[in-house]
Amino acid sequence: MTIHFDALAVGEAIPAASYQLTRDRLVRYAGASGDFNPIHWNPRVATDVGLPDVIAHGMLTMATASRAVTDWVGDPAAVLEYSVRFTRTVAVPDDGVGALLEVTGVIGALDPDARTARVDLTVKAAGVTVLGKARVVVQL
Amino acid sequence: MALDQSFVGRTFSPVEPYVVGIEKIREFASAIGDDNPISHSTEAAASAGHGGLVASPTFAIAAVARAQDAVVFDPALGLDFSRVVHGDQRFVHHRPIIAGDVLTCSVTVDSIRALGSNDVLTLRAELTLADGTPVTTAVSSLVARGTA
Repeated sequence: MTIHFDALAVGEAIPAASYQLTRDRLVRYAGASGDFNPIHWNPRVATDVGLPDVIAHGMLTMATASRAVTDWVGDPAAVLEYSVRFTRTVAVPDDGVGALLEVTGVIGALDPDARTARVDLTVKAAGVTVLGKARVVVQL
Repeated sequence: MALDQSFVGRTFSPVEPYVVGIEKIREFASAIGDDNPISHSTEAAASAGHGGLVASPTFAIAAVARAQDAVVFDPALGLDFSRVVHGDQRFVHHRPIIAGDVLTCSVTVDSIRALGSNDVLTLRAELTLADGTPVTTAVSSLVARGTA
């Protein structure tokens, strides 16, 4: 998709997206990122420390949410800044379905000189917001 | 146990740089379900004007986490890692991470604060090329629950 910077307006939505997080994805992410904390793949350890179930890596939730923006702009190199607050865990049950991440985004700011846009993301699982202050600055 | 405040301001530089591999970029993108050709096909990356496969926006965490381990597992810091959760994360990319990059990662302890009964440790990682070119700044806050 070609985005015309001058046609964008603050408050405009980017295309919404949803992503399924399943146990196999958590295992793949553990290997890809090097984060082998067992609360992300071992239900015995997760429940021992008081979690309801195995939970997704916060960084996997962050990474997955960024796809809504990179799919919109087309190029991962366009991302100049990305920040989130991890506000709630995302439990990923071993039921073949897992958890659904629903990502929406609106343009929060535009810088016509730098030709950058700040996209403010809302990321929910089971209807509850799981990332706070999720903001992506992209070069357009 | 309270964290050792003398760590604030200290910078840790690892000896071995992180070498960004083509297959690691592909593996990371696949793991997050991202099939963007610029992270999978050298040809597509070149067509988009890049010198190699472009890493996903949060790929830097792989290099950063390895360097952070030197700090968070230093027994003198006094951090009980079993109580740690990730509080927030920020990346500033001065340029994209490209396959073949050899990244030096230094980690600085920006702050240690008590917030209620928790300790909040803020770490700033600077990824640079060998010639000093800045690549990515990554700021992580780690929350140790009930340790303050």
